[in-house]
Amino acid sequence: MAGVVRGTLAARRRREVLLGIAILAFLAVLPLGISNVYLRGLIVLALLYAGLSQAWNILGGYCGQISLGHALYFGIGAYTSTLLFTRLGISPLLGMFAGGLFSGLAAFLVGLPCFRLSGHYYAIATLVIGMMAALLAANWDFINAAEGITISFHGESWADLAFRTAILPFHYVMLAYAALIWLIAWLIEGSRWGFFWRAVKDDVAAARSLGISIYPSKLAAAAISGAATGIGGALYAQYVGFIDPESTLDLSLSVLIALPAVVGGIGTLWGPLLGAAVLIPVQQLSVAWLGSAAGGIDLMVYGALIMALALARPEGLVSFFQARARKEAAGHG
Amino acid sequence: MAEPLLAIRGISKSFGSVAANVDISFEVAAGEILGLIGPNGAGKSSLFNIIAGAIKPDRGEILFEGRRISGIGAVACARRGIGRTFQVVRSFDSMTVLENVMVGAFLHARRSAAAMREAAGVIAFCGLAGRRDVAAHRLSPPDKRRLEIARALATRPRLLLLDEMLTGLTPTEAREGMQLVRDLRAQGITIIMVEHVMEVLLPLIDRAIVLDLGRKLLEGRPAEIVRHPDVIRAYLGERYVA
Repeated sequence: MAGVVRGTLAARRRREVLLGIAILAFLAVLPLGISNVYLRGLIVLALLYAGLSQAWNILGGYCGQISLGHALYFGIGAYTSTLLFTRLGISPLLGMFAGGLFSGLAAFLVGLPCFRLSGHYYAIATLVIGMMAALLAANWDFINAAEGITISFHGESWADLAFRTAILPFHYVMLAYAALIWLIAWLIEGSRWGFFWRAVKDDVAAARSLGISIYPSKLAAAAISGAATGIGGALYAQYVGFIDPESTLDLSLSVLIALPAVVGGIGTLWGPLLGAAVLIPVQQLSVAWLGSAAGGIDLMVYGALIMALALARPEGLVSFFQARARKEAAGHG
Repeated sequence: MAEPLLAIRGISKSFGSVAANVDISFEVAAGEILGLIGPNGAGKSSLFNIIAGAIKPDRGEILFEGRRISGIGAVACARRGIGRTFQVVRSFDSMTVLENVMVGAFLHARRSAAAMREAAGVIAFCGLAGRRDVAAHRLSPPDKRRLEIARALATRPRLLLLDEMLTGLTPTEAREGMQLVRDLRAQGITIIMVEHVMEVLLPLIDRAIVLDLGRKLLEGRPAEIVRHPDVIRAYLGERYVA
């Protein structure tokens, strides 16, 4: 009996790891076959957003708490690492974890009052807090206010995580980041916490009746999600070499972080990656092709695409694959 | 009588101006199957939720295994060893049957392999072995009720509260459900069942508490209950009283 059980759930999780390794290997050799610099940059950005959106998914997808303020954690990660680097000379290799620590703490603190709110009020509260933080940052002289911070460049270096000419290093940095956050999500999915969080998402009253404390569960999910987002913010800062409130704390960034998971498949392991692989190129290309023509047309095209996807596949892009897997299983059975 | 597993003492609860429960007291012995019956609006659900910790009583106290549990909340009640089902079935719909029951098993299990083993045993006990990897939302209504019981059972409760688990089932399904309740008792679990349809419950229970308009009308063995004039009056009306 127990052996058979092991067969189903454990086998599914093993399959996911094998698929993950295959995709990781594919993404590792992918840039070697692409010489177009613009395209390579696009892939780097998609990988970053795959990681960021997976981080968002830990709270929004698995625990069901929709945050529209994740730019705050992204920004805290970016600013912490950048300030440590530019003012104290501490390597971003360490700084990104300091950033993760602070942004995890911030997500925890935001959760303290906001998880007292139910349902959509959490989303609205995070949205408002995020916008407030962006305004404050734009007026805070200690972090150069709206002017932003430029990270000076002293040559290509892994120790400083600084690369301006070679794009390959950042491909692997972002790939490692996306893979790390995917691995965290995979571990959570199979763990006690993961089961509790999904129970909290599905039915609060039933979760309570099984001895699950709702509030601490949400706080733990938020802290991990925020920390994972902050690390991504630090990596972004090193990649671009310049940060300001507009590029690291804006509301539109919060939406961009959430969208790949929502479009790809909320609460799934592959949704964020799939969503980022589709959305980031479309978004960047529509800016490149239509952005200069007339203000806003790129956003209209982008919005129309998301609406079309949401109408065709409410469960997200992963459901294309799941539907086929079910059909195959039915065929064999 | 030895120390009761559950002692309800002077429980009262009002919602606004409506008194749902008025000064209710009774005891439940370990190993008993107790029926909580009464017509609609008798205060069964309110009392049920008070015992489960989901609602705080206005007055009175509840002792479980000699310790006060009134007011400690649903989470703490579950951890103390009280399991429950819901009148309107609540399953975790993004999960399979196995995963649903694993959530319950994780109350004691730390590692997922242990939770899986425990859940598999409980699922087989509840007759859901064939549906183990089915998504919870695809189950039939009687199987969903079994899933709720399995999930609660995985927390290893010593007291199990079943809310209208036989309501809406076909006679065959109800018989199978009753057999499951007997099997649960054979495992040493004390059971309180709420039903408003008295007929299905009487052959199953050791004792019944009859509620009417928020008050305890009487308690006794099923045979005494059905003959009691107050019960006939509450259910059928004055003119049926012989």
